[in-house]
Amino acid sequence: MIFIITILREERKMSNTAKDIQLPTGNPVTRLLDKLFGKSTATLSTKVTRPFWVLVEKEISDQVRSWRFIILLAIIALTTMGSLYTALTNIGDALKSVTDPEKAYVFLKLFTYSDGTLPSFIVFVSFLGPLLGIGLGFDAVNSEQNNGTLSRLLAQPIHRDYIINAKFISSLIVISFLFFALGFLFLGIGMIAIGLIPTPEEFVRIVMFLFMNIIYVGFWLNLSIFLSVRFKQPATSALTGISVWIFFSIFYSMIVNLIMKAIASPALLINPAYQIYLERIKLALMRFAPNILFSEATSTLMIPSVRSLGPLTMEQLSGAIPGPLPLGQSLLLVWPHITALIAASAVCFVLAYVPFMRREVRSR
Amino acid sequence: MDEIIKLTGLTKKYGEFTAVDHLDLSINKGEVFGLLGPNGAGKSTTILMLLGLTEPTEGSVSVCGIDPISRPVDVKKRVGYLPEDVGFYDRYTGLENLMFTAQLNDMSKAEAYDKATKLLERVGLAEQADKKTGVYSRGMRQRLGLADVLIKDPEVIILDEPILGIDPYGVREFLDLIIKLSKEEGLTVLFSSHHLYQVQQVCDRVGLFVSGKLLAEGNINSLSQQLFGNNAYTVELGISGTTSNNKGTPEDIIKNIDGVISVNSEKGKYLIECSRDVTPEISKEIINSGLNITSLNKKEYGLDDIYYHYFEGGTKNE
Repeated sequence: MIFIITILREERKMSNTAKDIQLPTGNPVTRLLDKLFGKSTATLSTKVTRPFWVLVEKEISDQVRSWRFIILLAIIALTTMGSLYTALTNIGDALKSVTDPEKAYVFLKLFTYSDGTLPSFIVFVSFLGPLLGIGLGFDAVNSEQNNGTLSRLLAQPIHRDYIINAKFISSLIVISFLFFALGFLFLGIGMIAIGLIPTPEEFVRIVMFLFMNIIYVGFWLNLSIFLSVRFKQPATSALTGISVWIFFSIFYSMIVNLIMKAIASPALLINPAYQIYLERIKLALMRFAPNILFSEATSTLMIPSVRSLGPLTMEQLSGAIPGPLPLGQSLLLVWPHITALIAASAVCFVLAYVPFMRREVRSR
Repeated sequence: MDEIIKLTGLTKKYGEFTAVDHLDLSINKGEVFGLLGPNGAGKSTTILMLLGLTEPTEGSVSVCGIDPISRPVDVKKRVGYLPEDVGFYDRYTGLENLMFTAQLNDMSKAEAYDKATKLLERVGLAEQADKKTGVYSRGMRQRLGLADVLIKDPEVIILDEPILGIDPYGVREFLDLIIKLSKEEGLTVLFSSHHLYQVQQVCDRVGLFVSGKLLAEGNINSLSQQLFGNNAYTVELGISGTTSNNKGTPEDIIKNIDGVISVNSEKGKYLIECSRDVTPEISKEIINSGLNITSLNKKEYGLDDIYYHYFEGGTKNE
């Protein structure tokens, strides 16, 4: 490729000298080369892009060129490589175990296996995903307002919701590209290192898992866009977003445990039905946290032997042969989780959308 | 008359507070109209309603024959709006900022580039076109803002406090630029300001705005006529020497001139209030009476006087 470009450049030099000696300038080769390398207006497209996509284009280029995205990308890429390295060095041990029903799922193991030194890919993503979502959205609207560009944008002949929709869509596009690129890189390096190829089922599971990531990060993105509409200062909205994230990932389960302790009556604990009842309440409470929803869904998708997310009695388990669930059944198990996460995202988006549409935007 | 902007009974209330109170105003095509008033008089709110950026509580707006409340996008296609203290994307150059706006107005990249470079030249920013707007000075930003407004080929441009925070020289340059461009393109210009003097220089007509009400409108002369009635002119006269041929004191001489209402002497100068411009007669009479004129100065009432007059009126009414 480089070779071809060099040749073309040489040719261009030659065609430039040709111009100097008064050859007809309008020949097709020169024009083509001008199009390829020249800074003339001929390089600019004469096609009219719809204003919405002009906005999306600008947002994407802003995101991709911003320092915070580069930093987040670096963190995520490094952790991914770290977890891939640990998984690859230990994959042999993991596959040796005879009783493991997931022996066949080598590639899923790559994403989920950890020897304890470094967490696995799915754990990293559930931890860093929110940070990525918050990082991409926390100053979406308020920074435009503070820079005085929002009122200028609103004076253009576009519908007002274009702005907030473009912010959301562009960040979602960036996230999707990021996750699919990372996921497939992970897969590709795994293929080279192990020398096997993934089965179609594994591939579908991995693609579903990547979709799940996008939905999960999309939720945090919507939350942070909502905060950016709600708070005038980007710092406030970033801190609020991070607090929500820390609250759910650290304190929420503690609070649920406290509540469970408070409501459980010790006299009844002897009854297994009551224990199951308590366990169900606890799960129901836990599932209000988006990170719990996400980790349940991803582990079901990536560890096929997970057959239920609720409590199981010994009776139900007796006689069961440990074996992986078929893909359809795994999907059925996580369907409510996906729906709930999308619904939570939608709620956040509406919360951001309605006040933004109604707001009277003054300059700065 | 070709009315391009028409407001009838326009009212905007924020809770109990009435920002704009039953405003009736029409602006003709090709006119330069100055919306004048102190801070918080409701100028910006009126402008926002013109663009459909906020909904009026009562009344109706029509811009280019379109209702901006039901069809804001169509209005925004025809109206360029420069907000107060406009901001640009600091990461981008002036040229890129303009091209972005142009593309939002349904232009292709190539078209946007051509148009933006031409406009940058016209507003005098051709050399700064490739600098990031983050390093632009205030005056440069305003000029870029003007280019940004003009890039969509508007019929009307609305500028909210366009000269706030620019140095006097810059203000003059900027206003001249607005007027030149608007005359060339046949644009209707509406701008708000509380800088009286500069507005006076460039506006065809002004509207005086105090606490949500339009108190008076018209050109400067008709406003001063409305306000100051017969005492529309004041002449300041300085003389030396003594009167010959027993014509009496200078006061008597001046008082005899037709149109003079009163004469006051103050620190050796005479302040003459008159109903018409009598400066030539005064000078003739004074010279004839053998006195020497050291200074003769016609004071016209400017917007400042009009403004303060209304403020006095406004506070008295309360």
